[in-house]
Amino acid sequence: MSAEPSGGGLRAAFAAGRFAVTAEIGPPRGADAEAVTRKAELLRGWVDAANITDNQGANARMSSLAGSLIAQRAGVEPVMQLTCRDRNRLALQSDLLAAGALGIPNVLLLTGDHPRFGDHPEAKPVFDLDGVQLVWTARTLRDDGVLISGKAVSPRPSWLIGTVENPFAPPLGFRARRLAKKVAAGAEFVQTQYVFDIDVFERWMAGLRDLGVTEHCKIIAGVGPIRSLRALEFMRTSVPGVHVPDLVDRRLRGVPADRVAEEGIQLCVETVQRLTTIPDVAGVHLMALGYEHGVPDILRRAGVPRPPAVLSDHNRHHSMEGIGHAR
Amino acid sequence: MGFDEQKVRGGGWPRPVIPRIGARLSYALHSVLAANPLYRRLGAWLERRQRVYRWFTRAERVAKEQLYGCRMCGQCALPDTGYTCPMTCPKQLRNGPCGGVAASGHCEVHPDLICVWVTAIERAQDAGHGADLDLLQRPVDHRAWDRSSWVNYWQGRDDGLGVAPSADDPRPLLRRELGLSPR
Repeated sequence: MSAEPSGGGLRAAFAAGRFAVTAEIGPPRGADAEAVTRKAELLRGWVDAANITDNQGANARMSSLAGSLIAQRAGVEPVMQLTCRDRNRLALQSDLLAAGALGIPNVLLLTGDHPRFGDHPEAKPVFDLDGVQLVWTARTLRDDGVLISGKAVSPRPSWLIGTVENPFAPPLGFRARRLAKKVAAGAEFVQTQYVFDIDVFERWMAGLRDLGVTEHCKIIAGVGPIRSLRALEFMRTSVPGVHVPDLVDRRLRGVPADRVAEEGIQLCVETVQRLTTIPDVAGVHLMALGYEHGVPDILRRAGVPRPPAVLSDHNRHHSMEGIGHAR
Repeated sequence: MGFDEQKVRGGGWPRPVIPRIGARLSYALHSVLAANPLYRRLGAWLERRQRVYRWFTRAERVAKEQLYGCRMCGQCALPDTGYTCPMTCPKQLRNGPCGGVAASGHCEVHPDLICVWVTAIERAQDAGHGADLDLLQRPVDHRAWDRSSWVNYWQGRDDGLGVAPSADDPRPLLRRELGLSPR
C-alpha cells in the first residue's frame, strides 16, 4: 500500500486553499503497466493528482481502475475517471466500491463520449445512468451508505467526488445551472473542458457565483498546449465540445511552422497565468496528452508553485532537487 | 464492413426529435390528462384488462410518437423538459445536455440534428417552465419500457421521478440535507 500523502494531494490542496494542479494519464492499449508508471514518473512531484482516463475517446484501453492503482504505486495520486458509456448501474457501483477498497482518493464521474467517436463504433452504448445520476449515486453510496437498490454498504468508501463540465457548449446560459445540478447531486470538484476562450469562461464563473456553486464545489480549469497545426485542426473538428476561438487559430497560424509548438506552449502558459487571477478558480487541469514531459516546464513558466513534497519513499527525494521553483 | 451513420439512415442510436406540437399547447393538454382519482381507477382497471391495456398503450404510443418522437420508456419526463423527449438523445440523458454539443447547437452524435436538450431548454424557458430543468431526474426503471406511462403516472409510479427543490430555500438546488437518493 502506498502511504497517503500528508501535505500534497487534491483534498489537502483544497483544504489549504492552495492552487491545485492535476494532469492526465491515458492508460495504454496493451497489458503494459510500465507505460502508466513512465507517465506517472514524469508528473510525480509536479501535480497534486493525475486523472486516469476511462477508455478515453471511447477507445478500448487498460481500465482506469488498474491504471489508478499503478499510478498510485508510482507515487502519483490518482483521480479515477468513470464513465456511464460502458457500464450499467451494477458495474458502476462495483467499480466505485473497488476504488474505495483500494484507497483511490478521488473519482471523476462523467457521462462519457459516445462510442461513435472511438475504435468500436459498433458497441452498445450503455448510458444506464447519466453523469448527474452517477454523481448522485456516488454521493448517496458514500454519505448515506446505500446503493441505488437501497441495500446498505459497509464500510463506506471515502473518495472525493469530482465531475466535469463544458462551459463552452450550448446552451451557454444553462451551463452554470447544469453544474449546479451536479453539485446538488454531490460533486465536490469539477474539471472543465479546455479553456481557450477566457471571456466565456469568466461569464460561466460569474454564473456559478450567482448560483452559490463556488461555495460548494472547487473549480479546476482545463488547459493544454496545442503543439502543431494538425493538433489544432484535430481540436477544432474532431474533439466533441472543444471550442477554439478564431483568435487562437490566427495566433498559431501566424507563426512560422517551426515555431508553432513553442507558440502553443506559450499560449497555454499565458492561459494558466490568466486563470490564476480569476477569483474562485481553485486550480488547473493540464491535458498534455503525449507531452507529459512538458508539464513541469509549462507550470514553471506559468509561475505555479509545486505542491509540497509528499513522497513516502525517501530514495525518491533526490529527483526533486535542483529543479527551479517558481514564485 | 460497417455503417456510416451519416449515410445510412434509420435504426441505430436514438435521434433527437423536435416536437411537432408547441410547448404551451402541451402544458395545456397536460391539464386534461393530469392525475386524479378517476384516472387512477381507470389505470387500475386497464391493468386488469390485458387486451384493453394493449390497445390503450398502442394509442398512447402512436400519439406521443407522432408528437414528440416518444420511445415508450414508460416513465414520461416530458412535463419536466418543455415537452421535449430526452429519450431521443443518443445518450438518453435525463438531466440536461452533455458537453459535446457543437457551437451551432447540433448533436455530437448526429451532427445534422439539433441537440434535443437545446430544444428542450428553449421550449421550457419560453413557456415559463425553466425551473423544471433544475429537478434531479432519477435513473430510468428499465422494466417500464413499452408500458403506458399515462397509466404509470396515474397510478402514482412517477411520483418523485424528478426530485423537486424545496420552496423555502433561495438556492434549493444546493441543499444537501434533503436526503435525496437516486432510487
